[in-house]
Order: sequence, then structure tokens, then C-alpha cells
Amino acid sequence: MWRPAARVSILDVTAVLREQGADIERTVAGIERAAAAPEHPKVYRRRSGRAMAGVAGGLADHLGIPVLYTRVAFTLLAALGGAGVVAYGLLWIFVPQVSSDEPAREITGKERQQAFGLVALGLGLAIGAGTLAGTVNGWVAGSTSVALVGAALVWREADQGQRRRVRGAVLGGGGRSAIIRVLSGAALVAAGIIIFLISSIGLDQVQFALLAVVAALVGVAVITVPWWLRLVRDLGDERRARIRTEERAEIAAHLHDSVLQTLALIQKQADAPREVLRLARGQERQLRSWLYGPSGYGRGAADGAGLAGGLLAEALARAAGEVEDTFAIKVQHVAVGDCELDERLFAVVMAAREAMVNAAKHAGVAEVSVYAEVEPEKVTVFVRDRGKGFDPEAVPDDRHGLADSIRGRIERNGGEITLRTAPGDGTEVQLHMPRAKVTT
Amino acid sequence: MSEKRLVRVFLVDDHSMFRAGVRAELDTLTDDIEVVGEAGTVGEAVAGIGHLRPDVVLLDVHMPDGGGAEVLRQSRKAYPEVVFLALSVSDAAEDVIAVIRAGARGYVTKTISSQELVTAVLRVSEGDAVFSPRLAGFVLDAFADRPGAAPISDPELDLLTPRERDVLRLLARGYAYKEIASELFISVKTVETHVSSVLRKTQLSNRYELSRWASDRRLV
Repeated sequence: MWRPAARVSILDVTAVLREQGADIERTVAGIERAAAAPEHPKVYRRRSGRAMAGVAGGLADHLGIPVLYTRVAFTLLAALGGAGVVAYGLLWIFVPQVSSDEPAREITGKERQQAFGLVALGLGLAIGAGTLAGTVNGWVAGSTSVALVGAALVWREADQGQRRRVRGAVLGGGGRSAIIRVLSGAALVAAGIIIFLISSIGLDQVQFALLAVVAALVGVAVITVPWWLRLVRDLGDERRARIRTEERAEIAAHLHDSVLQTLALIQKQADAPREVLRLARGQERQLRSWLYGPSGYGRGAADGAGLAGGLLAEALARAAGEVEDTFAIKVQHVAVGDCELDERLFAVVMAAREAMVNAAKHAGVAEVSVYAEVEPEKVTVFVRDRGKGFDPEAVPDDRHGLADSIRGRIERNGGEITLRTAPGDGTEVQLHMPRAKVTT
Repeated sequence: MSEKRLVRVFLVDDHSMFRAGVRAELDTLTDDIEVVGEAGTVGEAVAGIGHLRPDVVLLDVHMPDGGGAEVLRQSRKAYPEVVFLALSVSDAAEDVIAVIRAGARGYVTKTISSQELVTAVLRVSEGDAVFSPRLAGFVLDAFADRPGAAPISDPELDLLTPRERDVLRLLARGYAYKEIASELFISVKTVETHVSSVLRKTQLSNRYELSRWASDRRLV
């Protein structure tokens, strides 16, 4: 991570630098936050203290109620046409497991017994209710439940495998017992399918073959769900990591090209305060437009194409920047509202720039204020300094700045200019320009 | 006026360089201000403010662990008599408005001249609000009535009076209070009243939450 350099002792520059440091941290933190934790607390499945997949436990933790309630709720729902079983399965698939850094929770033997009892009861209720209601016949219910138990075994093993993978092992990797569990789960799924098929032996051969193929595919799909999910999640993780790296590289490159170069220049010119100030201001402005500007960093890259084109506030800021650079004064510019530049507004910007230049040259002050307000019907720009001021009547005829560059420009485009000045009282140039009717 | 109480200032900024700079400037420039302490983290700041009970806290907007807004959240309720002035180089409207809404009495940029900083500190210590031209621009932008702006639910809070708008415009144009007063033919006290009222509206109005103005400047 790039750290603000502590060697340069000019306040302005450090202020800019430290701000930049904070912003990288903020940007990266923002990306990480977006990648990892949304604003609302997320549901996670429990990793320890679970009976099956930790769905009920995780839900209970999320809702802040005892786990027994959620388990009973799932059991009761299971009786309603197996809704509880389906809900549990879906949550198992879509809710991620809590990270393995979480401390393991202790559970008593009694709670464990209770949980397994409820699981059995739920399955029994689902099958029983289904059979009684006649929606499914005994064969289908029986085979489905056998297959479900098998799938549950495989999925549970996959959950375990995911934890082991963190320690370096690949698929499962839990030794022989894990392989046995996966295999027996797969066998149970297969058995369920076979039982289901046997029940439909009455069908003719083509139908039976079709059914067998479909059933086998479903079986494979069910068993491999955890691996598919893992694949998708890994892909997502990888993508996020790549985006983050690219983002970092881009920030580093930009800092190198701009801030570090300027710092080097400043160190070389440390005995010329005016030059240092100019460099620092220029760098600050560039950084600001990169970070916060309308076409700046994070809002899609679009480089400013000179003064023409783009938005009014941006063009004014660029003009102010140029004046700052050329005359080593500070131009405080504020814009309220914004709009696309057209020919008239371009004239306003150029006139405002000329007014700034006049102030910088003649007023003898270190700061000029520029204020632009965009309203639906018109655009108003004020350029003001607290400097010498002058007597408009006493301006020699050979000075063209105000007459041509400002008044002429504005009036040719249908605008108006007001000048307020008096010797010793500063100068304010007010530019008013009606806006072209926007056809929408 | 001769028996003026010393204004006790507490500096919060995560960069010791910057704190040292401000401290040196305030010490040399004026005798009315005394820097009583400084802090570099949110935790230190909250503890220091509670312990020292300064008159004014100069608060950096950007710090690790939540920044100035977090310091405000944690200490403003407990010590309502302490006044906060935000000090930052950030130009992002959302940052600026966030600290103002959290309770800061004003916002100035770090590139402000030392003399202006002294004036700003003295002014907030007397209970006034301090609006830099930029902040005035942001607030005008936020209260502007444009297509896409948030609806007005409470006219008392969600609208600026024409007079307040005039004052803000002049602030944004770089006018000092005294200049605004003579421009509008009102007293400086009245200008202060308008600015305080705008500050109150900025803190209480819900138009900020509803409109997206801070992240993308709406086109008129």
C-alpha cells in the first residue's frame, strides 16, 4: 500500500497526499465491502452445533430465536406437502456456510438427540402426509425419501470437504470414511431412483427407457449440486480478486504518474516557494478531478477534450485551473447545478476565463472567487476579486480585454454583462446568459 | 470585549504532521485560541473530548474507523456544549454534507488561510455557523428544485426562504458576512441568523437522504 510521504513539509501538499492515502483505503475498502459484506446482516449456515446442514441453526441465529423453534417450524412445514423439506433444501443450496474462523459452539447430547428426532419426525410427517393425502403414492414417496437421504449424505460431506479444502486438500479429502459416506450417499440416491423405476415397470419399453435416463440425470444433478455451487462461487471469488488487483494497479499507476512525479519536482524546487505552490495546486486540482470530477475516477474514464464540449461546471473548473497555473493565484470556484455546454455557454466560460485573467493580472490579490449558477432559463456567472478595482470610465481605449473578450462575446450571444467596481473596492463581473430552449 | 475568554481548541486529525502545522499556526497567529489537546484516532478523540471538554473541536472528515462523522456520533450527545468545525480537503459533496448533518457547525477546507481559520474557529465558538463558499454551493444544490429532486414533505424544513437563498448565493460568491450585510441592506446579525437557519435545515431536512444529488450532479 502506498503511504503518504512524510518528508515533504509543505502543508498543502501533505494535505493532498494524506487525502489521497485515505481515498485509496476508502476505495479498496469499498470494493472489499461490496465483495464481502452487504449492508444487511447476512444469513449463514452454522458450521458447528448442527444436525444436518446448519440451516435451522443459522436461521435461528439470524432471527435471534432459539434453534428449537426453527427446527420445529421446519418439521411442521414438512407435513404440509413436504414444503419444509423443499425449503430446507433450497436454503441449504443458497445460504453459504459461516466461515471456519467462527468459534465452534458446544451442544449437549440432549439437544443433538432432539434435533435428530425432529429430522426423522419431519421426514416421516412429509411422507405420511403425502401418502395420506394421495398426492403421491407410497412407491414414489418411499423412493424419493431414500434418494433425499442419499443426497443429504453427499451434500453434508461436501460441506465438510469445503472446510478441508481450506487446508489444502482437494475433493473431499477426508480419508476413507469420507469416501465411504459419499459413496453410500450416491448409492442411496441410485437406490431411490431404482425403486422409483421399479414402480413404473408397467410402462412400455420406450417410455421406461426415457424415464430411466431422466431419473439418472436427475440423480447425477442432485448429487453434484455442491460441486457446481462451489465452482460458481470460486469463479466469483476469482473475478473479484482480479478486479481488485486491477483496481490497485490502476491507482498505483496513476499515483506514480502524477503525485510522485510532482513530489519529485517539488523536492527539487524546494527553494522556490511560488513554484512549489503552483505545482502543489496543479497536482491537487488534477487529483481532485480524478477522484471527484464528473468524468473522474470511478465514473467511467473520459478525458477532458480541451475547453469545448462536456459540462459547464467542468469547463469552468478547467478554466479556473488554467488561470491558477498561469498566474499563481488561487481561484475559488463554486458551481450550483450543471448543464451541457453549447455555443453560448462556451462563450460564457471563455468570458469568465478572461475576467479571471483580468483579476489575476490587475487586481493584485491572491484569490479570485468564481460562482456559477445554472437555472432552467439562464446561466449566471460571477467573477469577483477584492483587489484594487478601477474606474470603468478611465480605462484607456486601447485596452481590449473587457470590451472585446468579455462584453463583446457575451452580447454577441444574447447575454448581458454587469460590472461592479470602484477604485479600491474590488471588482465583480456578472455574466448572464439565457439558455437555449431544450427540446425534450 | 477586553475580558475575552480563551477559546480552547482540540485537534482531531490522523496525521500528526497536519496537527503540528495547525497547532503552530494557531499558536503564533492569535492569543485568543489555545490548543488544549489533539487526537489521531476516533477513539482517542472521543476520550480526549470527554476529558478536556474543549470549546471547539477541529475535526478531520477522513480518518480510519468512520472519520469525523463517527467522532460526532459518539461525542455530540454526551457533550452538547462542544462545538465542532469540520476541516478537510475533500470536495465530495456527500462527505461534506455527512459531517454537517452529523452536527458540525461548519466546514472549511484545509487550504483555507490561517487567518481565515482563526476567524472561523472564533465564529463557531460564539455559536455561529461557518459556511465556506463551496459548502454554500453544495447546500444550494441540495435545496434546488429540479426534476428528480426529492419531494418536499415538510415545507418548513425542505425549502429555503428567498432571503436565505440570497445569503447563500453571496456566500458562494465569496462574500464575507459584512459584505453580505451591506449588499442586502441587513445587519450582520441577521446574516448570521439566516446562516444558522440554513444550517438547521441542512441538518434536519430529509431531502438529502431522498435525493441522489450528492453522487451525480443533476443537470438542469
